Amino acid sequence: MNLALDIASWVLFGIGSLVLFIGAIGVLRMPTLYTRMHAASLTDSLGAIAVLGGIMLQAGWSLAALKLLAILLFLLLTSPTSSYALANAAVLAEKRDAESAPEPSA
Amino acid sequence: MTILFALFLLTMLVITAVAIVQTTDLFAAVMLLGIFSLLMAANFFVLDAADVALTEAAVGAGISTVLFLGALALTAARERPAADRPWLPLLVVLVTAATVVYATFDKPALGDPNAPVHQHVAPWYLSETPRLIDIPNVVTAVLGSYRGYDTLGEVFVVFAAAIGVLFVLSGDRPVGDVIRPADAPTTRGLKHHLIPRIVGKLLIPFIILFGLYVQFHGEYGPGGGFQAGAIIAAGVILYALLQGEGRALAALPEPVLKALVAGGALLYTLVGVVCMFLGGNFLEYSVLAADSVTGQQVGIILIEAGVGVAVTGVLLCIFHAFAARDPAH
Repeated sequence: MNLALDIASWVLFGIGSLVLFIGAIGVLRMPTLYTRMHAASLTDSLGAIAVLGGIMLQAGWSLAALKLLAILLFLLLTSPTSSYALANAAVLAEKRDAESAPEPSA
Repeated sequence: MTILFALFLLTMLVITAVAIVQTTDLFAAVMLLGIFSLLMAANFFVLDAADVALTEAAVGAGISTVLFLGALALTAARERPAADRPWLPLLVVLVTAATVVYATFDKPALGDPNAPVHQHVAPWYLSETPRLIDIPNVVTAVLGSYRGYDTLGEVFVVFAAAIGVLFVLSGDRPVGDVIRPADAPTTRGLKHHLIPRIVGKLLIPFIILFGLYVQFHGEYGPGGGFQAGAIIAAGVILYALLQGEGRALAALPEPVLKALVAGGALLYTLVGVVCMFLGGNFLEYSVLAADSVTGQQVGIILIEAGVGVAVTGVLLCIFHAFAARDPAH
């Protein structure tokens, strides 16, 4: 049973690290702001689920697991929201720049 | 493993510091400062200093970043290029750095049990706290009781800082003058943005609740007035950003905030004075109750409440002082 839990949590750690690593590569390699944010925001949520889930399996049924669940819920709410706010700010900034510079440039 | 992680964190810290000095984009510098504080908090945690880590994360990475951004909204976004080559400052920095590096050779190794810091009063704190104060978190016992004078000093430093910022920022505008039009972005907040508003509505009560938990759990785990004040202030600042500064000021008007600043510092001092009236020394909490251990606990809870109230008030006062100024002026 313990071995199975260990294997499951390490699989989750592996998935989480891999997803976050891919996200980091995406942030570095993607060409525009929105594609970069796309790489960062999705992998951020999935990576957090996987890594925190792995730690929860290690913690077992305890207060620590409950606290980790609270952290996970907090991250699942705030991380997409901050991505939304960032994308929204970028759209507004683009709109403002387009208004201040009337001639279209490529 | 831990030492590898610590080395990684310290290396990142140096890289971030160099990047902060190098960049001329002040917005990027503010973000890097936030990252610097977060790395520093992780570092403190690796060193088992959970209380300090919590303070650094809440104040350094959280509130300071918001206040810096507030200041940035009033100034230029780029650093002015230096007029001349700063050879003399560079020389001073190099000499100081060389001295500090030379001094570290005499430092005891990390975690050395024979280091003077672990031989002086620390063993006494650890062995006597269960008998004298009977709370699990010795850090809170040291901060609140054994070194109560120092913490009182810190509260008054924060108090003086708030007074200084308010003097500087509200100096040149006429009293009672509304300097912003009603539809300015800072007044409106993000009301028309549904997602941040709803998520904020969901989270703000829990942020405040967590602040209270950190405040009152300080005797048992990492936490206390400074961290709790920063977290509660962050919750209110989030409310101000989402619903508009006016709504936040309606909930907590400026006179109330000023009363919080002064009241928190006053509560701390009054606890000390009451101790004197009850026949003890200044801040000697043992006389506050019939039983000296209970007296110590009551004293620590009261002064921590004073710290939390003062820090909340100071941070919100400074935030509103920045937000109330029109960038165009």
